[in-house]
Amino acid sequence: MAQGLLRFITAGSVDDGKSTLIGRLLYDSKTIFEDQLVSIEEASAQRGTDGADLSLLTDGLRAEREQGITIDVAYRYFATPKRKFIIADAPGHIQYTRNMVTGASTADLAIILVDARAGLLEQTYRHSFITHLLGIKHMVVCVNKMDLVDWSEGRYNEIVEEFRDFSSRLDVPDIRFIPISALKGDNVVDASDKMPWYEGPTLLHDLEHVHVAADRNLQDCRFPVQYVIRPQTDAHRDFRGYAGRVAGGVFKVGDEVLALPSGISSQVTSISIGEKSVDKAFPPQSVVMTLANDIDLSRGDMLVRENNQPESAQDLDVRICWLSDQPMRPGARFELRHTSREVKAVVKEVVYKLDINTLHRMEDDLSIGMNDIARVRIRTAAPVLVDDYRRNRATGSFILVDPTTRLTVAAGVVYT
Amino acid sequence: MSDYNMSHLDELEAEGIYVLREVAAQFERPAILFSGGKDSICVTHLAKKAFAPARIPMPLVHIDTGHNFPETIQFRDDLVESLGVQLIVGSVQDLIDRGEVAEETGFNASRNKIQTPTLISTIEAHQFDACVGGARRDEEKARAKERFFSHRDDFSQWDPKNQRPELWDLYNGKHQPGEHFRVFPLNNWTELDIWNYILRENIAIPSLYFAHERRVIRRAGQILAHSDYLNLRPDEQPESLQIRFRTLGDLTITGAVESDADTLEKIVAEVAAARKTERGGRMDDKRSQSAMEDRKKEGYF
Repeated sequence: MAQGLLRFITAGSVDDGKSTLIGRLLYDSKTIFEDQLVSIEEASAQRGTDGADLSLLTDGLRAEREQGITIDVAYRYFATPKRKFIIADAPGHIQYTRNMVTGASTADLAIILVDARAGLLEQTYRHSFITHLLGIKHMVVCVNKMDLVDWSEGRYNEIVEEFRDFSSRLDVPDIRFIPISALKGDNVVDASDKMPWYEGPTLLHDLEHVHVAADRNLQDCRFPVQYVIRPQTDAHRDFRGYAGRVAGGVFKVGDEVLALPSGISSQVTSISIGEKSVDKAFPPQSVVMTLANDIDLSRGDMLVRENNQPESAQDLDVRICWLSDQPMRPGARFELRHTSREVKAVVKEVVYKLDINTLHRMEDDLSIGMNDIARVRIRTAAPVLVDDYRRNRATGSFILVDPTTRLTVAAGVVYT
Repeated sequence: MSDYNMSHLDELEAEGIYVLREVAAQFERPAILFSGGKDSICVTHLAKKAFAPARIPMPLVHIDTGHNFPETIQFRDDLVESLGVQLIVGSVQDLIDRGEVAEETGFNASRNKIQTPTLISTIEAHQFDACVGGARRDEEKARAKERFFSHRDDFSQWDPKNQRPELWDLYNGKHQPGEHFRVFPLNNWTELDIWNYILRENIAIPSLYFAHERRVIRRAGQILAHSDYLNLRPDEQPESLQIRFRTLGDLTITGAVESDADTLEKIVAEVAAARKTERGGRMDDKRSQSAMEDRKKEGYF
């Protein structure tokens, strides 16, 4: 069977042993190369650290090495015979919430690290909430540093109990718990012989076997047109193909489709990947489709099924994470990017701001600054074709771009 | 449900094609930076797939140090002809001749550093607003932080501490006049992915990647190709070895490895078993812990 891909995010601060855990995964899966190890050992010796400081492997920027912190999301890669993994290594501090949101936006699974001595902390709640907000369906809570609590089953159960109590308020269908010691390697790649009371799988076993294909939406056909291909060469004089990435459902040659927003029907006459014809397309494939008749269809439009359409809306109820260091100005106008479509938009109302450590709704202080998460109402200049984010991450997400600075200032998810 | 499984190479390919189409859709004057190395060959292959049956709607740009393996130039010209795309060459030698840059001197002299001003001057001359490159996050630790759409100010500088957030696959290519983007469709690929993909797609690559006998010099733990461009120390003697290159760059800095891998299958097996990173053989990265970050800030590839 072909090796599949799993994208996951690791959350937690340096103190929780996140860098050590990643180092352990890379090291035990034999992904760290000799020259990297030598380079890290040299750098560690220069700093007077005992042994190889594996966090030097993940903290790539000069400022990060100097300050010993992770500022930006770093991406790491490793593979086992079963799967290839992309790790988004996100910083844990509250001032980098936006970077965790960034890393979480493309992840299938989140690893939440908890220090067995400290138990659940504010940041545990924050990271878990962001996991939930960004629609990640699988969470592995690693209770780390078990070696420092004498491998205590009682302590582990306390933390699991406490976390379950909190997570019942989150919409994360698959939550698992594993007692580990990233430093000693227990239950990371190899099963621990120190905790016979734990009978579950190791972390790597979970990562290799978690079933994520079912998370893709194969029900609701959504094909945002990204680019129109018109070769205008002698060989392909009349060719007109619609290129894009399938955002939902399965399209087959011969299917009746509906173009939005025009509302014109047509039929799929061919689907291809490069020069190869295929008989169907599904997420997240990038394909080119041709249709039976020439219709008005260009970038920003969407092909769907007549009996299963997204909501066409100008008033959106959304959760946003503010990413800019400039606070949001009331009534400010933005360019809203949703799939391949771009429309002008204005924030009409801030409903509440969330205290992401306590999950309390703040309705008195509605000023939105960097890293704030808020529920807002947005009005767009033209309809956008949206689905609920919990049903479809591709058609339920958007970004706001400042028309003057051109910067991405907010990320948002639509709740319909 | 197995009908809807994708291999990781299929997923990476789909992602790369999507990124390339975003470039064509969002920018007015995009270009592909083509070095003749395997990564830029893969980018070009993805671009061919992304826009088929049309031609690739952007030119290939080669920053030519003048210190090339002749095989690379022949390969480049053949590829450009078969694709029917425009080739633009930015010449380091031209900048040297015009006195805009000075060459390094000494035994370890290389034209690596003065590629950057040549690239920037080529970008300015052609007013490119997006340059697609074959860099990968797994290559080097500063690159691990790269975005797909990586913003460059009007001095072509990268500001790693203040990168634009990039969420889902919603890439924001908006910029002020004079600014541009570097775009990396292969961000999530590893060296092994590249080789497996070249094998799967049967992509033509320069013969230098396959094991062959060559006159080489051993210097500071590296094996460098012997050529007219390399200044020999008095104690250095060229010798003949069976080698291949894991990366292709300027002839004077590209380290070779001893190898018998003379087929793609053998290369894949060799890379899978390798215990050193591919850039471990690059003199340009060895100058300091932050060598890559510093060059990237200035506008390097």
